[in-house]
Amino acid sequence: MNNCIRVPALIGTVLAVLWSMLLPQTALALEASFEQNVAAMAAAKKMRDKETIIDNLAASDDPRALQVLKALKAGELYYRKIDRALVFAQRQDAKMHISDVLSAADWGLVKKSTIKKISINNKLRNQMRALLAERMLLHQDNSIRLKAARDLSKNIDAKNHAIIDRALAVEQDSKVIEALNNASALIGLQSPIEADRLLAIIKLAGSSNTLAMAKLAAMMELDDSGAYSEPSAKVRVAAAAQLKKMKGSATFFAFLENLFFGVSYGSVLLLAAVGLAITFGVMGVINMAHGEMIMLGAYTTYVVQLIMPNFIEYSLLVAVPAAFLVSGAMGVLIERTVIRHLYGRPLETLLATFGISLVLQQLVRSVFTPLNKSVITPQWLSGSMEINGFLSLTYNRMYIIVFSIIVLLALIFILKKTFVGLQMRAVTQNRAMANSMGIRAGWVDALTFGLGSGVAGIAGVALSQLTNVGPNLGQAYIIDSFMVVVFGGVGNLFGTFFAALSLGVANKFIEPVAGAVLAKIIVLIFIVLFIQWRPRGLFAIKGRFVED
Amino acid sequence: MTAPLFPSSSFLAGDSGGKGLLLVLLVAAIFVPVLNLAVPDGSIFHVSSYTLTLVGKYLCLAILALSVDLIWGYCGILSLGHGAFFALGGYAFGMYLMRQIGDRGVYGNAELPDFMVFLDWQELPWYWSGFDNFGFAMLMVLVVPSVLAFVFGWLAFRSRVTGVYFSIITQALTYALLLAFFRNDMGFGGNNGLTDFKEVLGYSLQSEVTRNVLFSLSAVSLGLFYLLFRWIVSSKFGRVLVAIRDAESRTRFTGYKVEYYKLFVFVLSAAVAGVAGALYVPQVGIINPGEFSPLNSIEVVVWVAIGGRGTLYGAVIGALIVNYAKTYFTAAMPEVWLFMLGGLFVVSTIYLPKGVVGLFQQYHERKSANVVKTLPAEAT
Repeated sequence: MNNCIRVPALIGTVLAVLWSMLLPQTALALEASFEQNVAAMAAAKKMRDKETIIDNLAASDDPRALQVLKALKAGELYYRKIDRALVFAQRQDAKMHISDVLSAADWGLVKKSTIKKISINNKLRNQMRALLAERMLLHQDNSIRLKAARDLSKNIDAKNHAIIDRALAVEQDSKVIEALNNASALIGLQSPIEADRLLAIIKLAGSSNTLAMAKLAAMMELDDSGAYSEPSAKVRVAAAAQLKKMKGSATFFAFLENLFFGVSYGSVLLLAAVGLAITFGVMGVINMAHGEMIMLGAYTTYVVQLIMPNFIEYSLLVAVPAAFLVSGAMGVLIERTVIRHLYGRPLETLLATFGISLVLQQLVRSVFTPLNKSVITPQWLSGSMEINGFLSLTYNRMYIIVFSIIVLLALIFILKKTFVGLQMRAVTQNRAMANSMGIRAGWVDALTFGLGSGVAGIAGVALSQLTNVGPNLGQAYIIDSFMVVVFGGVGNLFGTFFAALSLGVANKFIEPVAGAVLAKIIVLIFIVLFIQWRPRGLFAIKGRFVED
Repeated sequence: MTAPLFPSSSFLAGDSGGKGLLLVLLVAAIFVPVLNLAVPDGSIFHVSSYTLTLVGKYLCLAILALSVDLIWGYCGILSLGHGAFFALGGYAFGMYLMRQIGDRGVYGNAELPDFMVFLDWQELPWYWSGFDNFGFAMLMVLVVPSVLAFVFGWLAFRSRVTGVYFSIITQALTYALLLAFFRNDMGFGGNNGLTDFKEVLGYSLQSEVTRNVLFSLSAVSLGLFYLLFRWIVSSKFGRVLVAIRDAESRTRFTGYKVEYYKLFVFVLSAAVAGVAGALYVPQVGIINPGEFSPLNSIEVVVWVAIGGRGTLYGAVIGALIVNYAKTYFTAAMPEVWLFMLGGLFVVSTIYLPKGVVGLFQQYHERKSANVVKTLPAEAT
């Protein structure tokens, strides 16, 4: 079948060669200078001439040549009609902004009718893509070479084989070599020669390219006539073995990725819940407005970025203390005005703080409008670290993990090692005794509540990097936070830590099987059942002050 | 005036608030339909159909509030997920109404409801079978919430999950149901829920008479549930409930099986909430997963708190007042409503521990205290 298609193609090629022999040779010789090439490009009318010039430019050492080729490919290369000078042109309002190719001089704005674009066709585009790819593959910057090598895998073309071999000969960087090998193997897999395909499969050893996996799997498939799409049994065996190996490592890395997602989701839960672990766990106050403290922190981040638009990179460093102060102050205010009157009446506290949460939501809606606000992610938080083709870890998730652990350690330090922390614990354990020892219990209450709220604010800064900042941000986390605290055991920061991580990991491992919503439901049902079994959580405090 | 209406009901003795409420309900059940149907449009005594449906809706919500007051006010069980039982009852009845549509849906499919045709389902899921039958659907309105409440309550009360912990897991329960019912795969219409109902028992839901019947039915149901609950709380059983509320451990040590008392009252309350949902759905014409949202359930608790916890009629008053305020403010000043609702939560818990009803009682006590002052000899 293949042969039938090739015959007309062959005839076409022969005709094209004959046709080209009839044409006058106007193109420049290969050794022409950059200036000559530029002049020729401005004058060239035939696509064939342009083709030669492009080849010449690609071979040229002149750094301006690459610029010319890129502009030509982007459709930004023009010539001026009066003197046929080659210019770079960019649209600016209704006019064109041009600069000279040879001298790089800025020639300012001109009317569109005074210049004319150097037209190209698809054949030239492809030619330039290959030439540019090769130039990129030999670029001195590692990341540019890596990107170029990866692009080769995306657009498999047997013509690239020579380029890849040339690049491999000089390449030093292991990642680029791997990418080049992948590209080479992918091309090899399509070769009509059996030995080439076998070699390609061998080249794939240790590779983590998902595209290659798909190709290997496709080889083993039966086509409509019942024959394998890969004719050689030998190649099929090799392909099957290689595919099995790749699948094995893919499963392993998928497991690692799930674990990473789980731990990072767990850290988010930990951040959201750790403030609650203080207000609910240590003080016993059911603070339904906890989610809104998180929301206030997120909005503080937004405002901080509004205030310092030129220092976005540092905005989060300012936002963390700012959010702590804003949410903390709001916490102290709530404690002094409302919660103070309701100690010992947990159900009433729950209702009153829920009312406060509604007021805060509406407040934010009235001040900032109900629309979501976009918080900018600084450069150092975006992007990801690529381990291999199967696994890449995003920086923002990694930072969240680190950040949540720092916050947890700081809280433990405050509670266990500082004088204020000592007072806090004293008041929670025995208010009357603490009072008679000269501790101002009311003041300590306000401070403890402020601390818990402030930490929630810090969580808001972190969450602003992950989700939309809107009035309902807090609501999304309040039930999860309570689940974490209750699951871990009230009054126990270590329990909170353990509960957050295990719930996060459990969620992310159920998710691929059952879907995100069902995973959440399963986890909720699990906790509800778990509480029946251990009503006071995983790590319950034991002792005589447990039963209120 | 009211005395001859309930001559032999000893459990209503001294419940002047309740008698007043029952009288108002009875009058409303009879006269509001008359004012709607018989009185011409222009007359000032005419009750518009809009008002009729609105008040009918309030009455259903009042039944829900009543069921929350039974467990919270008299047994100290604060459920933050009672909206779930309400919604389940609503869904069960909504499924019956969906089956009544038949082939009058947009797609004209006699076998499947519109949303299933839209999702390209081939046959009715098994759990939809039987809902063509009104009796079966009514049974499910009672059974589904009761079974859920029984299983959930049995697990919770047996392991002595109390107070705030119970509240939080009920909230998780309704949240889980909210997420579940949002899924299209569940077969309950997903995001959009069940709607576009045509008729109930062969009577068109658009007709004035059906609407009036539904209204009267809501009022009568509220009255009957009030009587039932009042009877329960004034019986010996009710005394034990109050004992559990005030000192659970002591009641247990006295020899009562606290969990059975709690379980019974919790299941009863869930069933009544289900009936409220079933009455609610034909009047508003839609049931969707939004009814499961935790906010809705907490709002119910606020109605009870505002009206006056542990009085039953207070819950009804609270439900009517807050819902009227909600209707008014969300239309007139939508920005202000959440401030108001939030403020109500705070004010009612700090300054009105006994609700609106408590205010009246205080006023009465002050009056009788004045009387006592003038007659000191008789006071002791």
